[in-house]
Amino acid sequence: MKPFTQNIQSLYQAHKQELAGSDQPQIAAKRETAANHFFQTELPTRKYETWRHHAIDELVSEKYDIQTQPSPYQPVNEYFKCELKNINANTYTFLNGWYVHENSPLTVFDNGMIIGSLAEALKSHPALVSEYFAKQDIEKNDNLLSLNEALFTDGLFVYIPDNLSVEIPIQLISIVHCFSPLLVQQRNLIVIGKNSSLSLVQCDDSFKNCESFINNVTEIFLQQNAHLHYYKLENKDEKSLLVNQVYVNQSEYSEFVANTITFNAGFVRNSMNVNLNEPEATTKLYGLYLVDKEQYVDNQIFVRHFAPNCTSYQLYKGIADDKASANFNGHIYVAPNAQQTNAYQSSKNISLTDEARITTQPFLEIYADDVKCSHGSTVGQLDEEALYYLRSRGICERNARRLLLFAFANEMAEFVDIESLRERLNDMIRRRLSGELTICDNCRLHCSAEHHFSFENISIKL
Amino acid sequence: MLQMLEINNLHVSIKGKEILKGVNLKVNRGEVHAIMGPNGTGKSTLASVIAGKELFEVTEGTITYKNKNLFDLSIEDRAREGIFVGFQYPVEIPGVSISNFMKTALNEIRQYRGLPPLTASEFLKLMEEKKKVVELTAKLSNRSVNEGFSGGEKKKNEIFQMAMLEPELSILDETDSGLDIDALRIVANGVNQLKTKETATIVITHYQRLLDYIVPDVVHVLFDGKIVKSGPKELALELEEKGYDWIKQEYEQGKLI
Repeated sequence: MKPFTQNIQSLYQAHKQELAGSDQPQIAAKRETAANHFFQTELPTRKYETWRHHAIDELVSEKYDIQTQPSPYQPVNEYFKCELKNINANTYTFLNGWYVHENSPLTVFDNGMIIGSLAEALKSHPALVSEYFAKQDIEKNDNLLSLNEALFTDGLFVYIPDNLSVEIPIQLISIVHCFSPLLVQQRNLIVIGKNSSLSLVQCDDSFKNCESFINNVTEIFLQQNAHLHYYKLENKDEKSLLVNQVYVNQSEYSEFVANTITFNAGFVRNSMNVNLNEPEATTKLYGLYLVDKEQYVDNQIFVRHFAPNCTSYQLYKGIADDKASANFNGHIYVAPNAQQTNAYQSSKNISLTDEARITTQPFLEIYADDVKCSHGSTVGQLDEEALYYLRSRGICERNARRLLLFAFANEMAEFVDIESLRERLNDMIRRRLSGELTICDNCRLHCSAEHHFSFENISIKL
Repeated sequence: MLQMLEINNLHVSIKGKEILKGVNLKVNRGEVHAIMGPNGTGKSTLASVIAGKELFEVTEGTITYKNKNLFDLSIEDRAREGIFVGFQYPVEIPGVSISNFMKTALNEIRQYRGLPPLTASEFLKLMEEKKKVVELTAKLSNRSVNEGFSGGEKKKNEIFQMAMLEPELSILDETDSGLDIDALRIVANGVNQLKTKETATIVITHYQRLLDYIVPDVVHVLFDGKIVKSGPKELALELEEKGYDWIKQEYEQGKLI
């Protein structure tokens, strides 16, 4: 057993009695199974196909701690309310994997919506939660799923009942702040009932250079004709290790749309797993990553068509500068009975220097014979003819490059339905490409220009 | 100062192959020059070298523009000094809107000349005004540069840009190719509207037809990398009637320069 695993084992033994759901045999059993699975399999290494470009086991610390209790309440959500202009979002903030609230860990609304802490929901709504919670097969997924399942602390729980169109988006902000190596594992569970719809905006942000390993899992269930638009914004410092695993389970006629946007990264791995379980479901996965210096971002897509007449669409774009590297792995599986499947995949990349490295790998596994599947990948440089054309009209080379890079990247903002968020993204992409987005050390997302917030005032209890 | 452009003994190669073999040309303010010639004789190369395309290697000769050595100026500085090349095949740039493109270009040119940037409303007003020059009716603000444009629209868009940037020296590289009669008239009218006593125009074309609309002061024949014959506008008519074969023959017999 490697030192990392040994450390996890001792953390698990020391804390398993106090982890969320430990008083429920069903949940405790799931944790136990997951823990044992992880102790056996350990962290993935380069020998794993989807980890061969970058191995997390070479990057982790041997002495992570976990925060087993929430920090005393501080009004962090006030400071981190992303100023998405004119967007009236309900914000839920998590600090080191714990929901930050004053006195209301979980809210049950009049219309039947339930939103708040998963740890609390496990206590107060055990029947409802266990219907959906931890339904992914840990044997068939990444070992990091079992790591999360064994030791997660808290996370966002959203339950939208049937026939409810939620107009106001939900914003989930995850912040990590630590003084010594910290393992943060948030577990989110999103359930959208029949004919209901929701927009969810998730911001992953970090403060200072804090040595953390974030291994989040989000499980999403879309029932018949449910719609979820999921926006994920990641802006992490160079020291952070972030793994975001999303598992989506779709029923018939449901629609899932995801925009995963990574502005800065230490090591970021987005793993997006979509199961199209019933006919006529649609999934659209969009992604953009802009990395420089020595940042690394990895997008792992796994779309499984288990039923006929479903559509999946993937468009990922990336720009790598300096010595940054990026990886895209798009796996589409079409089961033998999933006839009339439409599956498209496109990965387009620009590598700005000789040292930047981008790998992109389509992987189509098709067992049905009446399907439409297509894929395309490109890694290239900026179009020299276009640069020449712009310069010949008086635009300097630097600005010509920016215009072209912005045009390339900004296409992804066009898929954002919330207008104020789209405008904000336009602005962030523009500033990212001109090197301005990292200026402010305090808040990388520039969430609150007016509040200069200092973490020194907060006592973090580990 | 009357003289604007002087090209002396210009030799240009691409990948070791010599395309221009000693071009001489003088253009004064207020003049319109036409450069004609068969395919592959270096007409577009000449336009590209003046614009500053880096693909070409100048092996000999000089180009003086407004008393400056043109080769000392970057591509963008040539544009800022008032050179405009209307391209034969304008490139499509998805995602860059025409208005953003023109605003960036115009403001960089203004900054170079020590002028303040245009306000948003001044810019919009200017766009609307200049669209009329080439009878453009489409909304340009949301359209990407040349993307999905027909051949005619692309050429109109080139002249629209010329109207926006108000160059001193305009070089139109086969702006008439691919245009129907109506579009040809519109493009030519646009060029004529923009002509002043202070500006000069070089029209590169295969056909005399365009010169019915844009009347040249001088017609040059570019052949085998050199200007082998120059004459008044009637030379264009003669070429239209007799083709280029007689030029070739006279050139080979050493009757031309």
